[in-house]
Amino acid sequence: MKRLLVLGAGTAGTMVANKLRPRLDERDWKITLVDQDETHYYQPGFLFLPFGTYKREELEKPKRRFMPAGVELIMGEIDLVDPEKNEVKLADGTELPYDYLIIATGTHPTPEETPGLGPDDDEWYKSVFDFYTIEGAEALAEKLETWEGGKLVVNIIEMPIKCPVAPLEFTFLADSFFAERGMRDSVEIEYVTPLPGAFTKPVAARYLGDMLVDRKIGLEGDFFLERVDTDNNQLVSYDEREVDYDILVTVPVNMGAEYIGRSGLGDELRHVPVDKHNFLSTKHDNIFAIGDAASLPTSKAGSVAHFAVDIFTENFLDYIDDKPMREKFDGHANCFIESGRGKGMLIDFNYDTEPLPGKYPLPGVGPFSLLQETEANHWGKLMFKWVYWNVLLEGRAMPIPALMSMAGKIREEVK
Amino acid sequence: MPTTTIAGAEVQVDEEGFMTAYDEWNEEIAKALAGNIGIELTDDHWQVIKFLREDYQEQGETPMLRRVSNVGGVPTKQLFQLFPKKPAKKMSYIAGVPKPQGCV
Repeated sequence: MKRLLVLGAGTAGTMVANKLRPRLDERDWKITLVDQDETHYYQPGFLFLPFGTYKREELEKPKRRFMPAGVELIMGEIDLVDPEKNEVKLADGTELPYDYLIIATGTHPTPEETPGLGPDDDEWYKSVFDFYTIEGAEALAEKLETWEGGKLVVNIIEMPIKCPVAPLEFTFLADSFFAERGMRDSVEIEYVTPLPGAFTKPVAARYLGDMLVDRKIGLEGDFFLERVDTDNNQLVSYDEREVDYDILVTVPVNMGAEYIGRSGLGDELRHVPVDKHNFLSTKHDNIFAIGDAASLPTSKAGSVAHFAVDIFTENFLDYIDDKPMREKFDGHANCFIESGRGKGMLIDFNYDTEPLPGKYPLPGVGPFSLLQETEANHWGKLMFKWVYWNVLLEGRAMPIPALMSMAGKIREEVK
Repeated sequence: MPTTTIAGAEVQVDEEGFMTAYDEWNEEIAKALAGNIGIELTDDHWQVIKFLREDYQEQGETPMLRRVSNVGGVPTKQLFQLFPKKPAKKMSYIAGVPKPQGCV
């Protein structure tokens, strides 16, 4: 009997278990998932909590609901991976031997990495918030409900972060939220980022940058935050620039799980270095990392995890048969971007091709429009919550190919 | 791929002027590249540049600021003093390695 051990029962881990269980004979293969939290959160929904669009109940379900029959789920905190002994140790002393290990414990906001942030500071969740946790998003909702205006700063500390478009979406939705409340004139919004512009890739950065200008949102680029001075309500950069705020919504440094660092499996941010085409660890030939836990040169996002798992499943079946892994992941990502006022955008890209305008998934038809604000895109984003809970996690087929296609995309020159 | 002449040597560069052939780099070229962006190289600069080149050769990718600080031993604050405003971009430009890939 062989054991496939999957660490993390989030988006990637759950999809992998669902995809592989029917393909691996139960007489030969035991599949075990380890997680420390019973609740599965629909993380894309956190973005909407601060504006009262969603309530917590819509965004949480028990992880066990998505476990296929024949998969063992162990609740426990992971202490260490010992790659020499092919064994995972849990904090309660349990030892779990494995033949193959899949690391899928994601990446997490780590405010403690930045002076002035985190629960130890008195201003945390009073004037300083994150929205990538359910607690942070709910605290922010309460704050915005009664806020009378002032300066809102949205800040990214360091790349990479999961869902790299979410801070922009938050900014657009905030603009829309204050406009609807008739108080946009009493709110100043500034977007403070370590990137030179609104986004990483040139064509999308131009579109998104124009959208900030249209909405009278300030942009402070190349800003590497050193510390937050919560006594004086200021962000201070390494090159000693200062930005004032009344409310700070920050995206803390994203780091992989602590056991990855302790086990010597991660880079500086505890993300696991892997082959970008097949997710095999660069150090150990029976360890893979998928989803946000992996260090890949593409966005950390649920869509990437989804496409990656499709490729991974086929490759893994070859790999355990001692055959070469034939499929090559291309870094495909597909992200809706809420732009406020009932509209949204969509971007579709991979390792080699940046987000471009066009139609998706049917060339010339859509129904979704790439890099353009439409109501259809907004409805696509809202509908996706249903798709996530009912189709995606349980590994059912989606009518979208795993690899990116150029069909329907329009190349344009960067001015 | 375009080529250009730096410090008397013909080298391959990308559209932003970053060198694309690791082995074409030498210290004279580094001084000239630094001069292009208004930096005069001191010992502290050289420590960073040498770390970038060694680490790139070992790891196959350009280290991010956090790694230069944690592993290379040069605090982030100092990197901003040595290579003002855009240290990640400027130091990789001078060291003849690709821009770091962290921005995705």
